[in-house]
Amino acid sequence: MAKSMTIYLRVWRQAGPEAPGRLVDYTVADANEHMSFLELLDVLNEQLIHRGEDPVEFDNDCREGICGSCGVMVGGIAHGPQQRTAVCQLHMRAFKDGDRIVVEPFRAKAFPIVKDLVVDRSAFDRIIAAGGYVSTTTGGAPDANALPVSKEAADEAMDYAACIGCGACVAACPNASASLFTAAKIAHLALLPQGSIEAPQRAVAMVDQMTAEGFGDCSNHAECEAVCPKGISVHGITRMRREYIKAVLR
Amino acid sequence: MPRATQPVLNAKVPAGRLQDKWDAYKDVVGLVSPANKRKHTILVVGTGLAGGSAAATLGGLGYKVKSFCIQDSARRAHSIAAQGGINAAKNYPNDGDTIWRLFYDTIKGGDYRAREANVYRLAQVSGNIIDQAVAQGVPFAREYGGLLANRSFGGAQVARTFYARGQTGQQLLLGTYQALSHQIATGNVTMLPRREMLDLVVADGHARGIITRDLVTGQLERHVGDAVLLCTGGYGNAYYLSTNAKNSNVTAAWRCYKRGAYFANPCFTQIHPTCIPVSGSYQSKLTLMSESLRNDGRVWVPKDTGDPRPPSQIPEADRDYYLERRYPAFGNLVPRDVASRAAKKECDAGRGVGTTRLAVYLDFAQAIRRLGEQAIRERYGNLFEMYARITGENPYAVPMRIYPAVHYTMGGLWVDYELQTTVPGLFVLGEANFSDHGANRLGASALMQGLADGYFVIPYTLGAYLSGTALNGRLTTSHDAFAQAEHASNKRLRTLLSTQGDKTATEFHRELGQLLWNHVGMARTREGLESAAKAIAALRHQFWERIRVPGENGTYNKYLEFAGRIADFMELGELMARDALAREESCGGHFREEHQTADGEALRNDEDFAHASAWAYTGNDQAPVEHREPLTFENVQLSSRSYK
Ligand code: FES
Repeated sequence: MAKSMTIYLRVWRQAGPEAPGRLVDYTVADANEHMSFLELLDVLNEQLIHRGEDPVEFDNDCREGICGSCGVMVGGIAHGPQQRTAVCQLHMRAFKDGDRIVVEPFRAKAFPIVKDLVVDRSAFDRIIAAGGYVSTTTGGAPDANALPVSKEAADEAMDYAACIGCGACVAACPNASASLFTAAKIAHLALLPQGSIEAPQRAVAMVDQMTAEGFGDCSNHAECEAVCPKGISVHGITRMRREYIKAVLR
Repeated sequence: MPRATQPVLNAKVPAGRLQDKWDAYKDVVGLVSPANKRKHTILVVGTGLAGGSAAATLGGLGYKVKSFCIQDSARRAHSIAAQGGINAAKNYPNDGDTIWRLFYDTIKGGDYRAREANVYRLAQVSGNIIDQAVAQGVPFAREYGGLLANRSFGGAQVARTFYARGQTGQQLLLGTYQALSHQIATGNVTMLPRREMLDLVVADGHARGIITRDLVTGQLERHVGDAVLLCTGGYGNAYYLSTNAKNSNVTAAWRCYKRGAYFANPCFTQIHPTCIPVSGSYQSKLTLMSESLRNDGRVWVPKDTGDPRPPSQIPEADRDYYLERRYPAFGNLVPRDVASRAAKKECDAGRGVGTTRLAVYLDFAQAIRRLGEQAIRERYGNLFEMYARITGENPYAVPMRIYPAVHYTMGGLWVDYELQTTVPGLFVLGEANFSDHGANRLGASALMQGLADGYFVIPYTLGAYLSGTALNGRLTTSHDAFAQAEHASNKRLRTLLSTQGDKTATEFHRELGQLLWNHVGMARTREGLESAAKAIAALRHQFWERIRVPGENGTYNKYLEFAGRIADFMELGELMARDALAREESCGGHFREEHQTADGEALRNDEDFAHASAWAYTGNDQAPVEHREPLTFENVQLSSRSYK
C-alpha cells in the first residue's frame, strides 16, 4: 500500500511581474509516495480554491518530461533532487514524511517572473529564431537516404537534440548563462551534414542573441549539466566555442 | 433501423483513378501568385506538427501568417510527446512495402471507416515527409552504414516506421518549430504564444477571424485574416485521465462547431493498450509506453484468476500470452483497439495483476535473453527510465505493468478532401479533423498525418480557396461579427468567475471523465450510453450553478482556463454518447457489446453504417442534426478485419 505522508511546503508567491514576492507556508497532509511533485501542487491548489485563496500558478503541460513547460526550484535545486528528472516526473518517494520543501521559480534576469512560479522564457525562442535551424523551406528535399550519416554522428546529434528547453541550466548557473541550451542546438545541427553548412554563422548569431537577452557568460561550473533533465553534456559548450571561433577567424 | 434519411455531405473528392486523384487535383488547382500571397493573412491556431508545419510552409511561400499557441512556446505542443515513430512507404528495408500497402493497412486498420482518397494521398506524401525532416536535421536512428533505420509497428507486416529513439514526436516537432522559427526570423510569421482561441468569427459566410485570450493579461483580442487553419489536436482529455497534455482541449474546435462546422464521428476514440496504470485518485494524467515496446515485449497474465505470486514466481506453464494465443499471425503486434479490448477482457475476468488488478504484464525477459540487456537499452532506454521513474520499479528485472488509456481521437471536425469544413475558409488539420484514421488509428500514423496536412496538402488546397473566392478585402476587426463574438466570450468568462459555487473545475472534470470512461470507453451498450448522456446533461447544468473559479480575469489564471474548457468537454461528451448510440455496430475503437461475434470480436455493419456521421449544432439544449458522408470503397474489398 502507498505510504501517506505530510509535506510542509514553503512556496514563492508573487501576484505579477512588478509585484513584491514572498514565501508562504502550506501543509499538504494527504500526500503519498506515488504522487508526482506537480500532483502534490494540484492537491494543494484544490485545497486553496476551496478555502477561497488563489492557487499557486506553475507552468506544466505534458507531465511526462518531454515538453519542457515545467520547471521550478525544489529545495534549491532546479527540478528537485532526482537526477535527470524534470519536476513533473519527480515523485514523492524522493521525499520523506514530514519533509519541508522550499519551492521557488527559476531565477534569471532574462527569465522575468510572470506570476508565482511561472517565468517568461521567450528569450529561448528568440535565440532559436536567431539561427537555430537549417535554412530550408518545404519541398525540394532530396531522398532521405541520399546522404548517409554515420551512426555515431546521428547518435551524438540526438544526444544534444534531446534538449527540452526548460531553462533549468540557466536557473542552476551562477552566471545565469544559457550556454548549455544554446550549445545543445548548435552542436546538434553542426554534427549533421545538413546543418554543418551554416554552422559557423549559426553559432555567432545564436551566441550574440544569448548575450543580447541578458544571459551571463559561461565560466565552466557545469552546474547546468548536473540539473539537466536530459543529461545534455557540457562538451556541447566546447563545440559551440569552436564553431564560434571558426567563424570569427574566417 | 430506419434507412438513412439524413442529409448527405459532399466531400469533393476528385474524379479519376485513386492513384491519380491527388496529382490530377494539383494539375488544375487554382494558384495564388507570389505577389498576391503577401496580401493574404492566414491565421494558424496551434503549433503542433500540423499547425507548425502549416505555418512554416505558408510563411515560406510568402503568405503573412499569424501563428497562435496555448503554451509559452511553439516548441511545447503535445505532438512532442509522441514516442515510437512515423510511418512512410519508403520501402528502404526492401521488405515489400508500397504506397498501396500503407494505404491498405491504414484503411483496414481504421476498420473501413475512413475516406479512401484522403488515406491514399496520405500514403503518397509519406515519403516526402521523411525527406523534409532529414533536410531539417531531424536525427533519425541510423544503421551502421549510415542509412536510416526502420522498425515495425502494430497493424503492419513490414518495417516502415522511422524513429528517433523513443522521442520521434519531439524530434519532428523541433524540426517543425525550427522551420517556424526561421520564418519568424524572416518576418513572414508572427508568433503569438500563450493565447487561447475562444471563438471563430464568421463574417458574410466566411471564416474571417478569431477571438483569443492573452493568457498572461486576460485581454481578449481580435484577429482578422483571409482563412483560419485550426490545428488544435484532439479531445482525449474529455475523459479527464488520458495521455494528453494538461492543456490539450476541445475548446477551439467546439467554438467552430457552434459557428457552423460539423463535428464528425466523435465516438471514435482510441484507447491505447500500453500505458502505465492508475495509481490513485490524485492522478492527473496517464503516461503512455510506446507501442514499439510490443516489438520485443510479450503481453501476458497468469492463467489463474487472482494468482497472488509475483511474476518471477509464475512458471511459463501458468502464464497466458493471450495475444499470441488468440492472434497467432500478428501476436503482440495486433492493432491498438484489439490489444486494448483483450486486456480489458482479461482484467474483467479477474486475471489482472498489480494492486489494483487493472493491469497486465509486458515482459521483456525473453528479448533480454535473446539480444542482451544492452540492445534493449539502446532501443527503449528512455522508455524504461520513464517507467522506472513513475513506478519506482526496474523493468529490466520485473515485467512492466500496463493498462489501456485514452490516447487519441479519430473523430473531429468534418473536412472535405481539401481539409475545409462546412464553414468556407475554415480548414482543419491533424488530429483536430476526422479524416484519415477511420475508427482506429494505427501506430506511427498521427505524426505522418499532421505533417502531411501541414507540409504537403494545405499549401495546395488553401491556394485553391483563396484564388477561387472573392473575399471582402476591407473587412477589419471593427466588423460587427467580431464585436458579437468578443462579447459572447467576455460574458462567459464573467459568468465563470462570478458563480462562486462549491465545486472546482477539476472535480467536475473527474466526474465527467468517469462517466465517459465507464460508458463511452472500451465497451459501450445502449443502456450505458443513454444513462451517460442523461448524467452528463445533468452535470453540465450543475456546472453552471456550482462552479467555483478562483482569482480574476485580468491575470494569469490557469483554473479559469480549465473551467472554460471543461464546460466545452461536457457538451462534447453528450455528443460523443449520442454518436455512439446512433452507430449500431462495432468498428475500431467503437465497440458496442450488442454487436460482436461469437468469439468477442467487433461486428461491423457495412450495410447501414459505412458512413461518417457529421453533427450540426442547432442550439444549446437542442438535438444536433446528423449529416452523413457515405463512404464508398472502390478500391478495397470490405472484409472483416482479421489479425489471426
Ligand atoms: S510538464 Fe512537460 S516536461 Fe514537465
